[in-house]
Amino acid sequence: MGIEKTYAEINAKIKSGQAVIVTAEEIIPLVQEKGLTQATKEVDVVTTGTFGPMCSSGAFLNFGHANPRMRMSKVWLNNVPAYAGIAAADAYIGATETKEDDPLNSNFPGEFRYGGGHVIEDLVSGKPVHFKAKSYGTDCYPRRELETKITINDVNEVFLFNPRNAYQNYNCAVNLSKKTIYTYMGMLQPDIANAHYSTSGQLSPLLKDPHFLTIGVGTRIFLGGGVGYVAWHGTQHFPGMLNDNQGQELHPSGGTLAVIGDLKQMKSRYIRGNSFLGYGCTLMVGIGVPLPILNEEVMRWAARTDQELYAPVVDYSDEYPNLKSGKLGVVSYADLKSGQIMLKGKQVKTAPLSSYPMAVEIANELKAWIKAGKFELSQPVQNLPAVKDNIVAKSLVTSGQ
Amino acid sequence: MSSKKIILRFCKDTSDKPVIYHLVKDYDWIVNIIKARINPDKEGTMVLEVTGANYDQGIKFLEAQNIKVQMLAEQIKHNQECCTSCGICTTACPTGALYLERPAMQVVFDSDKCVICRQCLKVCPVKAMEVCF
Ligand code: SF4
Ligand code: SF4
Repeated sequence: MGIEKTYAEINAKIKSGQAVIVTAEEIIPLVQEKGLTQATKEVDVVTTGTFGPMCSSGAFLNFGHANPRMRMSKVWLNNVPAYAGIAAADAYIGATETKEDDPLNSNFPGEFRYGGGHVIEDLVSGKPVHFKAKSYGTDCYPRRELETKITINDVNEVFLFNPRNAYQNYNCAVNLSKKTIYTYMGMLQPDIANAHYSTSGQLSPLLKDPHFLTIGVGTRIFLGGGVGYVAWHGTQHFPGMLNDNQGQELHPSGGTLAVIGDLKQMKSRYIRGNSFLGYGCTLMVGIGVPLPILNEEVMRWAARTDQELYAPVVDYSDEYPNLKSGKLGVVSYADLKSGQIMLKGKQVKTAPLSSYPMAVEIANELKAWIKAGKFELSQPVQNLPAVKDNIVAKSLVTSGQ
Repeated sequence: MSSKKIILRFCKDTSDKPVIYHLVKDYDWIVNIIKARINPDKEGTMVLEVTGANYDQGIKFLEAQNIKVQMLAEQIKHNQECCTSCGICTTACPTGALYLERPAMQVVFDSDKCVICRQCLKVCPVKAMEVCF
């Protein structure tokens, strides 16, 4: 048996200032130079980071009670509807919700200038937000209308609860058709003129712990500039193996995280409202996950490079919208980051949607927190389903099919 | 034919002349008045968007009327504070004015290469690209 470290041992080293912490980028040359065994001995924590649009995000709020009381059944924040079908003064504002009077795609491609993601960013920045609520009125909650301004400091609680974030891996999106298309992967030009991808590759949290050896329910993380937690596996958590063009297994792909964290701690630098032309609104979220180097197996995955990590290429003009399985193969993150890939005998320009410099910043910030003894690692209270659990994705059967 | 933006400055002796009428009638200018302002001293400014084959003759006419003509160079600005360096604008930019600096993957804007096509303004998810006059 090789080296085995416990969470308690690593945390003791963090407390005494002895822990060695490096980012998921810095670990690569270190392992290449010293070898897996030595690096596992020396390094205690590897920090990962990602910063990209994550549509399945939103925040729960409790506004406090008005006098007289109100059972808010409809709530708008800066004219963006929030879901109020929960208790009297609670609501959930979702990142992709659009403004009440947004022209949407009626003048295609729509601009979607302001939505739920922007409301969340405005709250985080401390800006006043226009609050409107309606109700049908009850004996215990007589008030029927309320309009005021609120800031993040006025509400009792506001916490981000994102049902699906930090996708383990993501598609490299292209357009095989003859016309420009506007997608959540950006503007894709005809005849595979560009290819967009959206993970931080060798810095990406779930690509660096692909079998969920350390990340589980209760893992403490960096979320939007504050401290958050992994609450559950995310929706559409389908950890499976990605195969290469010859059908050989490459690495796991398809895991997701549900995360939670206090919005009051977050910073607008790491929580940004987004407008995607022709598609809609969303939220860019910064997430950093620390990986405790418990043994060589954890380190082996944590040290993976962009050359060893791949994204599936998917056509967003037909394959994706029509739920067809793809035949375009995979490309490595090293190639994607080079700016050009070869597809169907053609050189194709690539661009990311998720910010690599911000991912580096987040991994470094988390590293600094741990170094300063401000952030200890938490042992998961439950593991997440992994490849071995063989979860199969269900699709929605439409009537008439 | 591409349109040009110009700014006209009138002094109090020229501000009451029907110059737009002449530009349209005598020089076939197609004129879109973007902004027009006249102060209490009867000095005025006017911002025009112009297309027309006789553009140069029209300019000469204006100058002969003692009206100061200035080209208005619209400029694209990259708000670095706001930019997340996501990179999405780099495939939309037709000239390579917006590009990723490797290996850091930082997005850089080279205004010399910009042709003001405004593609980046449309695709930037955080509105970090701005037009200024
Ligand atoms: S305006 Fe056009 S050319 Fe200029 S930076 Fe934007 S996309 Fe590039
Ligand atoms: S799309 Fe906007 S935020 Fe992204 S790199 Fe370009 S200018 Fe910056």
